[in-house]
Amino acid sequence: MIEILKQPWPWYVAGVIAGLTVPALLLLGNRHFGISSSLRHICASCFPANIKFFKYDWKKEAWNMFFVGGIVLGAVIATAWLADPNPVQVAPALADELASYGVADYQSMVPADLFDWKYLLTPRSFILIVVGGFLVGFGTRYAGGCTSGHAIMGLSNLQLPSLIATMSFMAGGFIMANLILPHILSL
Amino acid sequence: MENTIEASAPATTPEVNTDFEVRSLDAMCINDSQISHPWWYNLKYAAVGIFFGITLVKAEVISWFRIQEMFRLQSFHMYGVIGTAVMVGALSVWLIKRFKVKTIFGEQIDFQQKKFTKGNVIGGLLFGLGWAMTGACPGPLFAQVGTGATVIIVAILSAIAGTWTYGFLRERLPH
Repeated sequence: MIEILKQPWPWYVAGVIAGLTVPALLLLGNRHFGISSSLRHICASCFPANIKFFKYDWKKEAWNMFFVGGIVLGAVIATAWLADPNPVQVAPALADELASYGVADYQSMVPADLFDWKYLLTPRSFILIVVGGFLVGFGTRYAGGCTSGHAIMGLSNLQLPSLIATMSFMAGGFIMANLILPHILSL
Repeated sequence: MENTIEASAPATTPEVNTDFEVRSLDAMCINDSQISHPWWYNLKYAAVGIFFGITLVKAEVISWFRIQEMFRLQSFHMYGVIGTAVMVGALSVWLIKRFKVKTIFGEQIDFQQKKFTKGNVIGGLLFGLGWAMTGACPGPLFAQVGTGATVIIVAILSAIAGTWTYGFLRERLPH
């Protein structure tokens, strides 16, 4: 059993568990699945700076921070006891393309050739980590949610704004991955 | 003496944002429970997070490579994960609405209609750019740190700065 769990899980297993997170949070306490809000709660609790957007009773949203803490802990558990010793398998076309940028380390799902402390101050890693992170935080809040709040929770509740947001996420991703990222990786 | 204190109290209470549209727009504070529980009741949400976090890692949703494949149409994997999640989620929401299922504490489960804003498009595009760069949306960012990729803490701090900047500029941005 444990050997099966150690292998990468197929998409339908992950999809069912991620989908069941929606009713689990609703049934446990009428909570709507959403993760990017946690970033707002951190701002509200640590740096509200008299900004109206951060003036609310963030303690009522403490559940969200517990949920995020659980995600981190779950990742620790998966890495400590369920790790797959084999290299990450990727599409050959992607591997060919990445090789031309010197990205060839497949030991981790977070490529060590790009996302490592020793490369943080190189132009391409700095852009991917710092600018990329900023866009995730700014964009999700401006859009009113992320993949969980819009693409999963919002679409589950048949919300048109969430469908528009999800299509925008995908459009931004296609533009970056195909048109801009090659230039960043070449730096 | 007591009266003076009471009279001055509201003036010192920090202004609380009660604008429903602002709140509903951001999917928060909208389901105020009438029951107050001790803090450790929140541990049940941590338990759900643990299952979700393990799944994100084991199904390679946190993989930068998987996200690149998705945005290059080189693999069905991520479309399968998100598509299945939406189908299971939608069926669950339908069942909860259809049978008026209550929470485990007997409270009514509420759903809100989201209101379209230009932010859904502009913010969505900006998030999409960031998603393809970091190879992670907010959930996977946290999970990546849990797998030992500690440099991603910098990306999370930057995401917090991005969220703060949005809050700072909010009144001046088109919505």
